[in-house]
Amino acid sequence: MSAEGATVPRAEWRSYYGRPVLKPPVWKPEIPVYLFSGGLGGASAGLAFLAGARGNEELGRRAWALALGGVAASPVLLISDLGRPERFVNMLRLFKVTSPMSVGSWLLLASGAATAVAAADAWTRLVPPPLARTARPAAAALGAPLATYTAALLSNTAVPVWHEARGTLPFVFASSAAASAGAAAVLATPPEAAAPARRLAVGGAIATVAGVAAMERRLGELGEPYAEGAAGTLKRAALALTASGAALIAGLGRRRVGAAAGGVLLVAGAVCERWSVFRAGFQSAADPKYTVGPQRRRLSGA
Amino acid sequence: MPNAALEVRTYGAQARPRVGFFTDTSLCIGCKACEVACKEWNRVPDDIAPWTGESYDNTRSLGADTWRHVAFVEQKVPVGAAGAARSLVQTAAADGLAEDAGLETYQEGDGLRWLMASDVCKHCTDAACLDVCPTGALFRTEFGTVVVQEDVCNGCGYCVPACPFGVLDQRQGDGRVWKCTLCYDRLRDDKEPACAQACPTNSIQFGELDELQRRAHARVERLHVAGQDDARLYLADAGDNGIGGAGAFFLLLDEPEVYGLPPAPAATTRDLRSTWAATGAAAVALAAGLAAAVLGGRRA
Repeated sequence: MSAEGATVPRAEWRSYYGRPVLKPPVWKPEIPVYLFSGGLGGASAGLAFLAGARGNEELGRRAWALALGGVAASPVLLISDLGRPERFVNMLRLFKVTSPMSVGSWLLLASGAATAVAAADAWTRLVPPPLARTARPAAAALGAPLATYTAALLSNTAVPVWHEARGTLPFVFASSAAASAGAAAVLATPPEAAAPARRLAVGGAIATVAGVAAMERRLGELGEPYAEGAAGTLKRAALALTASGAALIAGLGRRRVGAAAGGVLLVAGAVCERWSVFRAGFQSAADPKYTVGPQRRRLSGA
Repeated sequence: MPNAALEVRTYGAQARPRVGFFTDTSLCIGCKACEVACKEWNRVPDDIAPWTGESYDNTRSLGADTWRHVAFVEQKVPVGAAGAARSLVQTAAADGLAEDAGLETYQEGDGLRWLMASDVCKHCTDAACLDVCPTGALFRTEFGTVVVQEDVCNGCGYCVPACPFGVLDQRQGDGRVWKCTLCYDRLRDDKEPACAQACPTNSIQFGELDELQRRAHARVERLHVAGQDDARLYLADAGDNGIGGAGAFFLLLDEPEVYGLPPAPAATTRDLRSTWAATGAAAVALAAGLAAAVLGGRRA
């Protein structure tokens, strides 16, 4: 029996007084900042290692400092977000592959240790060489997954705009991490030594713009939050900042002023990009149509 | 992926038959005794919100401080000849049913029908909350239920958006997440959960899962025979329903979403393999991009 009878046209989806089916995340603003800082730290470690291996010590040392800054800020942000910060050590009770947060905790611990040793070596030369020789490639190797696992963390939820982006979100985060590491290194390094950082910044920016477009295309109507509300505003800001920052670095990056302006814009763009993804999750969870609509269509075999 | 059967086996000789709830909403009268009994027994803080103005629902949804939530839905039933005839047939059938089974459905009459349903944690077979919990605070009990250890939870909040039913939430001022324990303490004392014991109409039935499933199928058949064609079971089968079966399932009189329930829930961790694969591929792509940027140019 249809409760409303035949005279009332059936809505595409129904709900309980328009209330959400899902609970929105309880994560605070520390988390989007961490999405950025983890990406910056992870990608910077790779940049530092490769630049050092290529003999560009000027860039390498600065990138190690940026990597350390990123991975050192991350645990502070994460612990501050916990409902019970004094119990942060409980994160290390287990190692669980079904929990990207558990995997990430160990990843952050290991890459933090390796990055700290590598950065200390780059700036003080007091680290025993065998230890430094191990720490540098380890920090670089752990940095890449550190920059992308946060996409798995968000995708591994019931939030439609995150879960259904599980194939593309890691590439968005990887691109954004590359752009922010390149931009931060452009900011910190004299232009004559920063050519690899400029290439990384511009390449990462192009990949970010392409990645976001691909993600939205794949999401279809589930991607609506990226056009609306805070997530939409942040996404448009991210794209504008990323494009203008990359253009400045590409065109005027060999001059101090161009490098500084482009670097700041691109870093701001990366922060906005992560914040946009973060806010989109809240908007997606808050509206039952994103939960009920696709599930209904799946049931009817459409 | 771990699931209930696998996890309960780790208890060895201490493993117990899996138990759960069958909530038959056709018997619910919306008295909220379950909400009250749950709060009393489990010492759940009060969270009385102002009236919604939409119905008699004043707890709105499950959450950290609401482990049983009674939903109220008012629907207009077609009146007139067709409606009356239908209603007479149904009334006669329901009378027969009541005599036969000692049970009756209370929810229809006078051009209005009330849907009332007591919602609760589903204690999923494939429990996403348990899978994503990084501390192990969420665990599978020897009864096959899913419980948060309050002395382990550090309030990371990962289980909150992971649950496809929106059951878990962080308690304000406490920081940890809380949800239905299926009265773990009472189970260990061979007592039924507080909500089931308090339910005056037997809308909430507690028992071993196999027996409850059998009972649910018998009940829905009986309601169909009596003309209640819209009766349907929700999550009652252990088959592939996205969560591998539920420890708490329902008999509903309308589509699940009308009660705020997802029509086709799925444990997010079912897609874990492809999620990790994409994440790994993106890490490799990042490494390649870094190498191209640094090694691609002329030597500095």
